Amino acid sequence: MNAKPYKREIPKSTWYLGRRRDILHMLSEISSLFIGIYAIILLWGLTALADGPGAYQLFLQRLTNPLSLGFHWLALAFALYNSISWFNLTPKAMPVQLGENFVPGYLIVAAHYVAWACASLFILFISGVIANG
Amino acid sequence: MNHKLIELEILRYRPEQDQEPWFQNYQVPCEEDWVVLDALNYVKEHMDSSLSYRWSCHMAVCGSCGMMIDGDPALSCKTFVRDLPERAIRIEPLANFPIERDLVVVMDDFVEKLERVKPYIIREEDKPLGEGEHLQTPAQLAKFKQYTLCINCLCCYSACPQYALIPEFIGPAALALAHRYNQDSRDQGCEAREDVVSANEGIWDCAFADACSLVCPKHVDPASAIQQMKISSTIGWYKNLLGLKRS
Amino acid sequence: MNVVKADIVIIGAGGAGLRAALAVAEHDADLKIALISKVYPMRSHTVAAEGGAAGVIKEGDSLEDHFNDTVSGGDWLCDQDAVDLFVNQAPEELIQLEHWGCPWSREQDGHIAVRPFGGMKNERTWFAADKSGFHILHTLFQTSLQYPSITRYDEYYSTDLMIEDGRCQGVNAIEMRTGLMHLFQAKSVIVATGGAGWMFPFTTNGAIKTADGMAMAYRAGVPLKDMEFVQYHPTGLPGTGILLTEGCRGEGGILVNKDGYRYLQDYNLGPPDPWPRKKAMELGPRDRLSQAFWHEQQKGRTVTSRWGEVVHLDMRHLGEKKINERLPLVRDLAKSYVGKDPVHDLVPVRPVAHYMMGGIHTDIDAATPIPGLYAAGECACVSINGANRLGSNSLTELLVFGGRAGRHAAEYARENPSSSPEDHILNQAQEARQRITDMFLREDSGENIALLRKEMSATIESGAGIYRTEDTLRETCDRLLELRSRYAKIHLEDKSNVFNTNLTYTLEVGSMLDAAIAMAYSALHRKESRGSHQRLDYTNRDDENYLKHSMAYYQGSEEPRLEYQAVVITRSPPAERVYGGAGK
Repeated sequence: MNAKPYKREIPKSTWYLGRRRDILHMLSEISSLFIGIYAIILLWGLTALADGPGAYQLFLQRLTNPLSLGFHWLALAFALYNSISWFNLTPKAMPVQLGENFVPGYLIVAAHYVAWACASLFILFISGVIANG
Repeated sequence: MNHKLIELEILRYRPEQDQEPWFQNYQVPCEEDWVVLDALNYVKEHMDSSLSYRWSCHMAVCGSCGMMIDGDPALSCKTFVRDLPERAIRIEPLANFPIERDLVVVMDDFVEKLERVKPYIIREEDKPLGEGEHLQTPAQLAKFKQYTLCINCLCCYSACPQYALIPEFIGPAALALAHRYNQDSRDQGCEAREDVVSANEGIWDCAFADACSLVCPKHVDPASAIQQMKISSTIGWYKNLLGLKRS
Repeated sequence: MNVVKADIVIIGAGGAGLRAALAVAEHDADLKIALISKVYPMRSHTVAAEGGAAGVIKEGDSLEDHFNDTVSGGDWLCDQDAVDLFVNQAPEELIQLEHWGCPWSREQDGHIAVRPFGGMKNERTWFAADKSGFHILHTLFQTSLQYPSITRYDEYYSTDLMIEDGRCQGVNAIEMRTGLMHLFQAKSVIVATGGAGWMFPFTTNGAIKTADGMAMAYRAGVPLKDMEFVQYHPTGLPGTGILLTEGCRGEGGILVNKDGYRYLQDYNLGPPDPWPRKKAMELGPRDRLSQAFWHEQQKGRTVTSRWGEVVHLDMRHLGEKKINERLPLVRDLAKSYVGKDPVHDLVPVRPVAHYMMGGIHTDIDAATPIPGLYAAGECACVSINGANRLGSNSLTELLVFGGRAGRHAAEYARENPSSSPEDHILNQAQEARQRITDMFLREDSGENIALLRKEMSATIESGAGIYRTEDTLRETCDRLLELRSRYAKIHLEDKSNVFNTNLTYTLEVGSMLDAAIAMAYSALHRKESRGSHQRLDYTNRDDENYLKHSMAYYQGSEEPRLEYQAVVITRSPPAERVYGGAGK
């Protein structure tokens, strides 16, 4: 047989290092790791809370150690990066059609920030109510 | 017209002679409004008639001339030499496809996947021709028009990191075409395509890297098609669970 | 040698070939179809057509009007029975496409929208933005994927038709991937390989338009009809030749010379206003517009640009919204390839070789004189286009005659099982293969195929361009025969087997040479001016002597034998072609 197609292999674990866009994409993906760990820490905190005020205080104290602080800053950075890049992509996932035209993308992105702000404010408000009531 | 000597670094592969691909360099006197394809044609006609590549329309509508130019997938007939940096232009066959010969890749996988998504109007009952056209308002047309623009150039497959890592992935263009039909008011085949589209190797292998949409020369935005299908597929799944009709 | 057996073989998977395949598949699902194409179907040049497809559907339009526009547009060289059938079947074919999913542009109420087009009294050109051919091709291709009776052979380059016992029983084709020659054996064959624009130095056509099917049928003994009629599209981009659709003018674009003057009014196409106005000025027929450019150039009134002489297409008054909605591709092409934005700038354009009215002689059923052999699309000549084709008739032609070819080839295959001994056909196939193998074995004769091709296109342009004379034609004819004898000694620089494009390039030049010779000699012997065939030495139309089709018969390395066949005139006797103010 004359034909002999040649398959170019890509390095499975380091393919993304060649280009900035690919590195950023992988960072976005890896953010899920940090957010996952953060979720576990939150759950841990919840169980500590259920065990009583003493256990909860101990949990809070543990959180202040430098390793934990370092992790939390990193996780926050990743969460922000992920959220902002995600918000910027939302017009693609949810186009809003008005007649023959589409609502401009930036309005949909803005709507997400507004929703985020409202949700955050609402949670702060509720926490305030609970803390004071 | 002014001529400028440009160096092309082209990946060659002749299966009957070569064990592996290798780079061959050519010095080409380029005119100022040339595209990379014009430079390739110069090489083929004046320097090396054995260089093989696909091309036809020279106006970015047939989709034949996709190739890697300086590491990014693009149409060689729409990539202007004047827009590229002043150094050797590296030209390789489209990434993520096996090389058949020189800049010609084996497209079989794409063609099979294109056929798999059932990219044609599916209706329960065909309207008789005598009754004329289906009515479709400009607004209804706008809903899917963007996704009809795909020229099957395969640049999106070359850019997609998931397709590079997971060869079973159906891929951006094929999935965008499924979405094109799903959104067409004349089509009733959403369910018929669901199994293929919402399989693991369908929309769910997409990690929304958005590389496909970035390189698409026709601004089809296949990534948007896939994300929209993720949402509609999920909603459909829940509807199904609750005993409601899918759509 | 590998043999593939099918009931019907279709060579070419563009609009006509795909439509034929669909017609066979729908007509008779048991017939096995081998659809062979030298490129993947979506690369076929149908994809580049922009403006639209004509078909009567609106109130105030009539089949009679479409008939008359087409016959007069063709300068009465059209076979009127064929035109009648064509205009009758056009609307149904276009609706069928709509049912298959073609994204036709619409009016606000959801009905099909139509736009005005050159040489047409009423608006009847269905369009899909300015990518009509693209959408039609992709619709046909994607629709074809649901029929299991269609087996595609993508990237197989067909080389020779097999004529055995007086009927066409197959074709040889090179599998590009391996270099192996396969015999495709069938009960009927449809040729739908497109035109031959690539033989010209400047053309709207893609690189694949190389007359392969025309040459195959020609060498098999089928006459090539009306080859001298070559359409120059008035608005191609200078340099690349890229097409800017007639739709630009349909939407209101105008053509001006270096003085900003709408020069078409000097050529019996005026008065310039009101504008837009059907069949007048820039909406006149293509041959007249291209000829006007030539005259303007002679008078020194064209614009000298860095790509040569041009005129300007002015679309600024259309406005950005309309251009983005109806001419988005045109805007993109003008900006990319000549750096002009039609919304703000004048766009340089010039006539560019675009379409072959002539081609493989067929009757009204798409059948050639050889039983079992059919042809449809640009490669064929029925003739519905006569001496000049109206824009947007050819996309419809693909559908009407592609469909007819499919149905008739299917009927023929059903009623005519093969009776020839198989080894006879195989022997013929092996002999034909030898012709190709010999090219691999030949020693270097010093000929360079690319240079030979350039010489060919240069002599065609100079001798058989928009305006022709006895001297220029004779010189071109002699030159072409000489090139052909040089071609007979051509060797291959690349002797590999896998995807050898040096081989296909070389074979394509051979096809173009044969078609060019038919064209040049047909032009030499037609001593009149009609439609797109304009002679400076015979400036008038001569219905007494030339109301007939030129039929060129292949004579190998000698000049073709020319015969003539009367044009079928039913109810429209030849009259004067009237455009402009009086053209209502």
